Amino acid sequence: MSRLRTNRIVDSAFRYVGIAATFFGLVVLAVFLLNILQQGLGRIDGDFLTSLPSRRASRAGILTAWTGTAWILFLTALISIPLGVAAGIYLEEYGKKNRLARIIEINIANLAGVPSIIYGLLGLELFVRAMRMGSSLLAGACTLSLLILPVIIVATREAIKAVPNTLREASYGMGATRWQTIWYQVLPAASGGILTGVILALSRAIGETAPLIVIGALAYVPFVARSPLDEFTVLPMQIFNWISRPQEAFLVNGAAAIIILLAITFCMNGIAVYLRNRWQKKINW
Amino acid sequence: MKKSSERWIERALALSALITILTTVGIIWVLVSESWNFFKEVSIIAFLTDTEWTPLFANKHYGILPLLSGTVLTTLIAILTALPLGVVIAVYLSEYANPKFRKAIKPALEILAAVPTVVYGFFALTVVTPFLQSFIPGLGTFNALSAGIVMGIMIIPLISSLSEDALFAVPKSLREASYGMGATRFQTAFRVVVPAASSGILVSVILAVSRAIGETMVVAIAAGQQPNLTFDPRQAVETITTYIVQVSLGDVQHDSLEYRTIFAAGITLFLFTFALNHISFRLKRRYQEQYE
Repeated sequence: MSRLRTNRIVDSAFRYVGIAATFFGLVVLAVFLLNILQQGLGRIDGDFLTSLPSRRASRAGILTAWTGTAWILFLTALISIPLGVAAGIYLEEYGKKNRLARIIEINIANLAGVPSIIYGLLGLELFVRAMRMGSSLLAGACTLSLLILPVIIVATREAIKAVPNTLREASYGMGATRWQTIWYQVLPAASGGILTGVILALSRAIGETAPLIVIGALAYVPFVARSPLDEFTVLPMQIFNWISRPQEAFLVNGAAAIIILLAITFCMNGIAVYLRNRWQKKINW
Repeated sequence: MKKSSERWIERALALSALITILTTVGIIWVLVSESWNFFKEVSIIAFLTDTEWTPLFANKHYGILPLLSGTVLTTLIAILTALPLGVVIAVYLSEYANPKFRKAIKPALEILAAVPTVVYGFFALTVVTPFLQSFIPGLGTFNALSAGIVMGIMIIPLISSLSEDALFAVPKSLREASYGMGATRFQTAFRVVVPAASSGILVSVILAVSRAIGETMVVAIAAGQQPNLTFDPRQAVETITTYIVQVSLGDVQHDSLEYRTIFAAGITLFLFTFALNHISFRLKRRYQEQYE
């Protein structure tokens, strides 16, 4: 009988262990975030956002870093969205059964597991050196586009898969061609899902540091980039540079820049989750 | 007229899809060609057996072992942190929690994976290391332990969500049979459901290992940049990824042997993650076939 009781106690005790484990990561993250806010919030002001980097911590700002991040976001979106969505459409609507599509599918799964720093090595040899882009914004955006392409393709395919066949058949029945059906029916119906995936992928891109270090993005850029061929820095690079220094004042700068980066990341993730929920609710095929 | 434009569109779309293949080809080509030049000057036996890695010093040694040990050590610590937590979370969410709670908590856990890794590096350096130093004597400012633990926290959602999917896929009849024998929920979960889902859990762990091996910023910031052939978690170590970052930050001449070391390190990293991803892919296909 006592064995039975122990079993019952273990059973109900696990419930609490489970809750504790589930919240452990979140509590740790909350501690981290509070710590960051405490350290960095006081440092953020108008000057911090509009100042160039400086050797003196108290005068250094993140103007070049956040404009660089904005540039990278814009260029990466410009390159990766058309390519990713087009590839997703091809795999889902055209090449479902052929062998090429199968190979591409396995290949995409493999690419998704390649460490981001390896993409940096590819970008360094291909974009920076072979295509002579130098360590420019364009080279960075191309590298990051290749990195997030698998994410966008998978999201596009999932969204297109969710569009019911009746929609396509109705369109064909009206005499529309394959492309007309895709462009006027399938894509609009799938746009919510695609957009969600795209935003999540872009939010990952602007948080990346390692591949940009490898392609030679600089930590110290004393001017705001004016064209895609300019050298650049981004928020994560600036943060890495500041927190690698021993002085306390630079750590505070790092914390302040982290707050800005996290605000952007969480905003993008929030928008994506909101879109996903709305899209799932609205569509009741 | 119409028909030909349709064909052109299809070709353009196929070309976009082909870019993913070209990416893979490009990665392999870049890594192999630059490493080829590297191994013309450094013998592969020295690369694999020399116990020192000092390409940037006067007395040059090109042994990958210290970088490998650093990578293995931080990855091991990360998995030891993430595996128990991830599996307990998965079992709790799949077997105990009510569906409403599960639905609310899953996106929250995903936040852990959405935070940029450079931020985790900052946490490891400024929060976790000082905290660990308060009760672990001899823990350096840069150490494998703190970086590994933080990396572990980062990959919890990877293990928990994939493992939960695997647990969820176990047929209900198995659970009912177990309850019918008088087993408690705990016994059913750990003696019936977890073993039945073991290959799926294994897949999640392998993917987590692959992720931890390739992780860069946390270790570059918090684990130090000294190639150190040790398995003492209190010491500073350098991982393969950190070495690539270290060289990229300095000004190394293109087409020099130092420059090529990052590709030799890169191909080592690539082979490991590729093998792990391939194993997980095959495992997944096998257990998915089993249930269908």
